[in-house]
Amino acid sequence: MNFDLTEDRQMLADTLRRYLAEQYDIETRNKLAYDAPFHSAEKWSEMAELGIAGALVTEENGGFGGQGFDISVVFEALGRTLCPEPFLGALMASRLLGAAGADQESLVDGSVRYAVGISEIDAPYDVAFTETTATATDGTYVLNGRKSAVYGGQVADVILVVAKLDGKLGVFSVKAADANVVGYAMIDGAGAAELVLDNTPAELVLTGADAAIQDALNAGRLALCAEAVGAMEATYEILLDYLKTRKQFGVAIGKFQVLQHRTVDLLTEIEQSRSMVVGAAAALGDDDAALKIAMAKNLIGRAARQVAEEAIQMHGGIAMTWEYAVSHLAKRLIMLDHQLGDTDHCLTEVMNSYAA
Amino acid sequence: MDLTYSDAELAFQQEVRDFFEANLPMHISDAVRSGAEMTGELYQEYHRILSAKGWLATTWPKEYGGPGWTPVERHIFDVESSRYNAPRIVPFGLAMLGPVIQKFGNDRQKAEVLPRILSAEDWWCQGYSEPGAGSDLASLKTRADRDGDHYVVNGQKTWTTLGQYANKIFCLVRTKFDGKPQEGISFLLIDLDTPGIEMRPIRLIEGGHEVNEVFFTDVRVPVENLVGEENLGWTIAKFLLTHERTGIAGVGISMQALEELKALGRSVKRNGKPLIEDPLFAARVARVEIDLEAMKITNLRMLFQAQKQGHPGPETSILKIKGTQINQEIRDLARRALGPVAAPFPGHVTDGNLVLSPPDSQNNAARYFNNRKTSIFGGSNEIQRNILTKTMLEL
Ligand SMILES: Cc1cc2nc3c(=O)[nH]c(=O)nc-3n(C[C@H](O)[C@H](O)[C@H](O)COP(=O)(O)OP(=O)(O)OC[C@H]3O[C@@H](n4cnc5c(N)ncnc54)[C@H](O)[C@@H]3O)c2cc1C
Repeated sequence: MNFDLTEDRQMLADTLRRYLAEQYDIETRNKLAYDAPFHSAEKWSEMAELGIAGALVTEENGGFGGQGFDISVVFEALGRTLCPEPFLGALMASRLLGAAGADQESLVDGSVRYAVGISEIDAPYDVAFTETTATATDGTYVLNGRKSAVYGGQVADVILVVAKLDGKLGVFSVKAADANVVGYAMIDGAGAAELVLDNTPAELVLTGADAAIQDALNAGRLALCAEAVGAMEATYEILLDYLKTRKQFGVAIGKFQVLQHRTVDLLTEIEQSRSMVVGAAAALGDDDAALKIAMAKNLIGRAARQVAEEAIQMHGGIAMTWEYAVSHLAKRLIMLDHQLGDTDHCLTEVMNSYAA
Repeated sequence: MDLTYSDAELAFQQEVRDFFEANLPMHISDAVRSGAEMTGELYQEYHRILSAKGWLATTWPKEYGGPGWTPVERHIFDVESSRYNAPRIVPFGLAMLGPVIQKFGNDRQKAEVLPRILSAEDWWCQGYSEPGAGSDLASLKTRADRDGDHYVVNGQKTWTTLGQYANKIFCLVRTKFDGKPQEGISFLLIDLDTPGIEMRPIRLIEGGHEVNEVFFTDVRVPVENLVGEENLGWTIAKFLLTHERTGIAGVGISMQALEELKALGRSVKRNGKPLIEDPLFAARVARVEIDLEAMKITNLRMLFQAQKQGHPGPETSILKIKGTQINQEIRDLARRALGPVAAPFPGHVTDGNLVLSPPDSQNNAARYFNNRKTSIFGGSNEIQRNILTKTMLEL
């Protein structure tokens, strides 16, 4: 066993962390994350040049990473600074395109922005209940239905949509320009879109796509778990600093034992979360990936809530304000759980694995 | 023991229902149900409706123009007003300053201050906290120096809830600078129109404008605006805080939020079935419903106890801790129930009228985040535990 990152990945992590720390101080980040188009096209291109998109894509698909640990390194760094750039869509699209053997050059160089449409209002986390349909007409396809919470959809050029073709799950490629894409800012910053499909023309990417969709979900969940660890650690560092500097009753509030113990509990949960990311990253692509990653997402969903709520509480009023970074970290930590399967959904997946 | 309502109480319940049925305008209840940020105008419109009926000062005795309700009647009003999605009554004048003036004010103050609260003419806000004085309130630094028949006030208050709508503020100020910090505090009434006062908004976590900073520079306040005696304000401050805590269990609001949560659980789907049939989600709802069932009785028991003693005691800290936990858990579930469509920033669809989530749920995430405040303000839940430790455990 070895728990160290390879030299290449360590370099990637360092480069990315440095870039993000310089470019996304909290005021800049908030401005980008909450003002349309809820990200920065310029920084997106710069990061593609730094090789961040390429790091999410496997070598066989034209990238130079795409393994679990590449994903976790990138997203942990993104999480620390609450970076609003739409890498989740790029990552999941890469998994789907990879399964289809499609070209990914424009994804790797960042010139085409991809998003993925899976969730629906009545099937938020459970792809099997997808209601969006695809119909073949003279060799082309049209899609009907609605996709909600398409992350990065507000600026995507291409959206890969999960739809049922003859009752089976397929993946279809929709040009954003051909569809009704309604973009919005999310409460924790960054953008998403509602995608309304009304006889919208589409190209077939994959049929019988269950395994590819599961792999894309696994990769996306792993990314969210790593992002959460980055955001939890950033929160924890600010909290520790505050406990040492904020004085009430003539002493630093960190001297109160009740706060000390609860902070130690957070430290413990963050260590547990980091372990889960390591385990999940190692499992990506294996037979038990879905189970291992569902376990990680459940644990991290719980830990992230605890860190967010406790960090606010132990700061007192200050972390309730927009001006203070912890409020934004806390929102991200809570809302992460709403993406690609929440704690209860993931727990159910683990429970379902017990059936004979 | 008897947990049933008497005939008179049932009649009162019916009267309250009829009143809301007939008098609560739809645009107000719609605003409350949606969870959108309330405006000062909506609050005032509601206050005036209650005032006209004589029901605004729910906790005041008859001699001061209140309805003189028993604990059970107050409970009934709390539950019914929440059930009809009436706003909360802004508490600073009614639940905080009112009882203070009744107990510590002189006759002139009673005659001037109380009627204007009752009629909803004055909107008071609370100037207790300062940047350096939160939990440790007694360390407050805003000072009032005597100059002839005026105090000259300098300093800063913060977290002033709904101060942007207020015309008056009651403040704790320092009037003595040596000795124990608690022994140099006075309670002052200040007109917000007085020169030298500046109010600046603070934006909260979910984006709303609900609290403010207030800066005082050489603000001249007539000496007759002092409540009680100079340097004895700490007793008043503590008296007010226990009153602040009595309504804080928020039983009515939690009951209504729980009903709305169940309705939402029936209307949204997971795995092809209504969410409420998902055993994990149902277990979360059931657990909090059970806690609330107990809290309804705990709250009433403690209100009766307070009535017998003539004042609320330290047990009200229990109501604050558990009441806020229950409310926060319900708000958590209302957010969770929406899944991915909890995400849109309130009102933040860039294109027209597309409805992204079930009715009245668009603010669920914002509400959850905003409600984290309830375990921080009014004395944080840690401070409530310290109070209970000191008063109940005898360790
Ligand atoms: C939305 C909102 C509205 C508010 N409205 C008003 C208002 O209208 N008027 C007003 O005057 N104030 C208002 N407040 C202020 C509120 O009362 C204070 O925030 C509160 O008293 C806590 O003070 P603080 O924020 O300075 O936190 P601090 O006192 O700095 O506390 C930080 C942390 O340390 C903990 N802590 C402190 N002392 C101890 C101890 N001895 N033992 C264990 N833990 C401890 C606290 O519990 C908290 O977790 C409001 C606050 C908020 C967030």
